[in-house]
Amino acid sequence: MQLGKVIGTLVPATIADGLAGVPLLWVQPLDKRGASAGMAFVAADGTRMAGPGQIVTWEASREAALTLEPSFVPVDHAIVGLVDDVQLDEEAR
Amino acid sequence: MILGRVAGRVVQTIQHPATMNRRLLIVDRLDPDGAPSGGYLVAVDSVGAGHGETVLVLDEGNGARQILQWENAPVRSVVVGIIDASG
Repeated sequence: MQLGKVIGTLVPATIADGLAGVPLLWVQPLDKRGASAGMAFVAADGTRMAGPGQIVTWEASREAALTLEPSFVPVDHAIVGLVDDVQLDEEAR
Repeated sequence: MILGRVAGRVVQTIQHPATMNRRLLIVDRLDPDGAPSGGYLVAVDSVGAGHGETVLVLDEGNGARQILQWENAPVRSVVVGIIDASG
């Protein structure tokens, strides 16, 4: 898992079987301190509750597909949790 | 597997059922000398690791699912050991 921030939404006109009704969100990957790290990507929202501004955890590749039911839908990134808080140990920074 | 150091925790209420009631740790990646090599991952704890400990992280989905005993868990990274010495 990695941290990310939802920065937008997508509305598909046509979509593959298995993805109908699944929210598609733009996610900006973050480092552990919440700074942007890398290119934004489109993720399926496994929680179906994320929205713009939300900090999330996400998975890629096969784990992303497993987030959805049925699994093995054409998904390569998925949101698996909504982050309430990130607590960093001061000494470890 | 990779070597890491526990740098913090992630707190979530809404999440996939496979990670519910499990501790999520922020783990910094380490090089073989024990220095941070850049990057981190959020891993599910299976050994009770905490605060500043050097840990062994399994970063592979099928093994992770076996440890969690959850067939379709969308989890790739699990802390599977606490390391005393590496060298």
